[in-house]
Amino acid sequence: MKEILSGNEAIARGAYEAGVKVACAYPGTPSTEILENTIRYREIDSSWATNEKVALEVGIGASFVGARSLVTMKHVGVNVAADPLFTLSYTGVNGGLVLVCADDPELHSSQNEQDSRNYAKFAKVPMLEPGDSQECLEFTKLAYEISEKYDTPVLLRTTTRISHSKSVVNLGERTDQVREAKIEKNAAKFVMLPGNARVRHVVVEDRTVQLSKDGCNMPINRVEMRDAKVGVITAGISYQHVREALPEASVLKLGMVHPLPFDLIREFAAKVEKLYVVEELDPFIEEQVKAIGIPVIGKEIISICGELTPGRVRKAFGLPENAQAAVEKLPGRPPNMCPGCPHRGVFYTLNQLKAYVSGDIGCYTLGFMPPLSAMDTCVCMGASIGMATGAAKVLSPEERKKVVAVIGDSTFLHTGINGLMDMVYNKGAATVIILDNRITAMTGRQENPGSGHTLMNDPTNAVDFELLCKAIGVKNVRTINPLDLDECRTVISEEMERPETSVIITDKPCVLIKREGIFKAGAPLQVVDESCTGCRACLKIGCPAIEWVPASGKKGKAHIDPLLCNGCDVCSQLCKFSAIQEAK
Amino acid sequence: MSDKVTNIVLVGVGGQGILLAAEILSETFMLAGFDVKKSEIHGMSQRGGSVVSHVRYGKEVFSPMVPEGEGDILFGFELMESYRYLSLLKPGGTVVVNDLCIAPPSVLVGQETYPADMALKIQEFCPDCLLVDGQNLAIEAGNARAANTVLLGAVSKRLDIEEKYWIEAIEKMVPKKALEVNLKAFQMGRGLK
Repeated sequence: MKEILSGNEAIARGAYEAGVKVACAYPGTPSTEILENTIRYREIDSSWATNEKVALEVGIGASFVGARSLVTMKHVGVNVAADPLFTLSYTGVNGGLVLVCADDPELHSSQNEQDSRNYAKFAKVPMLEPGDSQECLEFTKLAYEISEKYDTPVLLRTTTRISHSKSVVNLGERTDQVREAKIEKNAAKFVMLPGNARVRHVVVEDRTVQLSKDGCNMPINRVEMRDAKVGVITAGISYQHVREALPEASVLKLGMVHPLPFDLIREFAAKVEKLYVVEELDPFIEEQVKAIGIPVIGKEIISICGELTPGRVRKAFGLPENAQAAVEKLPGRPPNMCPGCPHRGVFYTLNQLKAYVSGDIGCYTLGFMPPLSAMDTCVCMGASIGMATGAAKVLSPEERKKVVAVIGDSTFLHTGINGLMDMVYNKGAATVIILDNRITAMTGRQENPGSGHTLMNDPTNAVDFELLCKAIGVKNVRTINPLDLDECRTVISEEMERPETSVIITDKPCVLIKREGIFKAGAPLQVVDESCTGCRACLKIGCPAIEWVPASGKKGKAHIDPLLCNGCDVCSQLCKFSAIQEAK
Repeated sequence: MSDKVTNIVLVGVGGQGILLAAEILSETFMLAGFDVKKSEIHGMSQRGGSVVSHVRYGKEVFSPMVPEGEGDILFGFELMESYRYLSLLKPGGTVVVNDLCIAPPSVLVGQETYPADMALKIQEFCPDCLLVDGQNLAIEAGNARAANTVLLGAVSKRLDIEEKYWIEAIEKMVPKKALEVNLKAFQMGRGLK
């Protein structure tokens, strides 16, 4: 059967066909939809883990007792999961284990542009890289075979343009030879104490050599001879751009990017006049080809930064650019917090209080944007609290009061809680605001341990943030309504004054939550024209539902779009002239 | 079947339903027997940011991204965004654009003004430009939310694909209760000159 699937959907399908029993992940763009699709298959136990390290450990546990498991994350998630990954390389697997890491060249939705292929080499684990959705399905299945045959976890690397592109896929059936789980003890393999690990390290090195040799005969590493003048070594999405931009060039398409099939590369290099490597991000293939003494052109013509496009490949090879329209500069259109978003009032308050805001990763990172302009740092998941502790350690007592960490519910449970424990333990003096909107919003509303539901939509325990904070020793824990600006200002300023750790929890759900009874929109508001003086106070919250109409009245007036307004009432609290009222 | 790949670029503002329209296009082309690729960036798309989706079909499609200056049709849901991505269109390409302006954040707060004459500027580069009053036609069809389907109808008229494949794709992708209105909206779009 044929279907149009995204790379992520095809990976989920491939896992199903491969007989996977457990799938585990922490959401992260562009990887999120893989687990949102494994739930279509009831044979797979799919779950959101609290973070990527836990997700991988869940996968490892299932693998060690014999089942096939799938673990997925975005590129920076692999940093979190790196600790188990590096030793998993030594233990190897029992049931096949595939770790999907989705890179984000061009930083469409990420804080850095790291190239995960380096992890394959660093952790000494094979890595496959599909070039379209059909390959996503086939490579996923192949990855399980490689995993079990070579006793190794396998990395499957996608990029945004693979994960989020759709193409036609031929579907298969689920294997009828699904591995059953049962306890099989094997301490020498699974207990990585030095004595055992020394033995396993040798196994790992031999495995890499063997895979490099066997890779020369794997059909996923294939030579396509056309004009022998130009030979290109490439993989993944770059292969598609090369075929588009250089239809006559001969190509060595690598399906396995680590370890490289060196003999095949030598053979291909000998057949072509001039050899190139076309790859996004780091010169990962290029440096290794150079290291075996083969001259090759790569990063001299292809940028290390950003993603490739057919046009960028054409340009790199000196081909003329297509004629195209010259467009004049336009106002940008960055994303914005939604109308009625419970974060808006908090960031407005932090801006007014001139706080030094140690930020984190989520929708609320948009609090950085003007006019809210109330975020001063953003480094990685969970970093806000630790960074606040560090800043508070060295600032003067006056400036120390300004330090406020903001972190979402899911991010707090991911890796923020460790930072808070550290802050309390080491008597840090800063304010932590947990923006609890009951969902992992930024990646598209995924459940988390605070939301009360699992990925499979079962009701479950919901973490009690107040009790949790108290249990780890925070004495000052207060819960506020973030849509009440007076309450925000009073409570946040009081806690900022306090010379010890305090936590403020905001208690309003994300406006995008669809589950009934959680988010309730208020009645839409309107601006009463006669009362609006054009003071622009309501514009300071940057709500997409409020528009400045310069031509209205003498100096302009505000207008509220009733179709966008969620009736949160934050703007009306800013209006001194009672010009914002419920729409009639 | 010729080797020519046809390139469509869909642009607009997050939340306008661009991704669904791109899905319907892709499904139609697959049903008509073509190889299809579609690429877009989501993640932030629900939060009012600029959204671009590329749909390509033909005998064999390699890159999922429309090469700069090779777009055959620009399918615009909003005027400024359509103008912003004109560089993806080939000279002499076709534009079908919704006659709608959505103010970006800097315009909402009065720091910048929405650029004037967007439709004229698009037409300057691209004389084959159809400006569609999507919203009012959709209201006429029975629901303001069907504006995208009116536009889709207008786009479908400019592609050499049998009508039955469009209908089949719409029937598959649109929820049942909204189907009648959407089929009507589609026909209204197809009727536009």
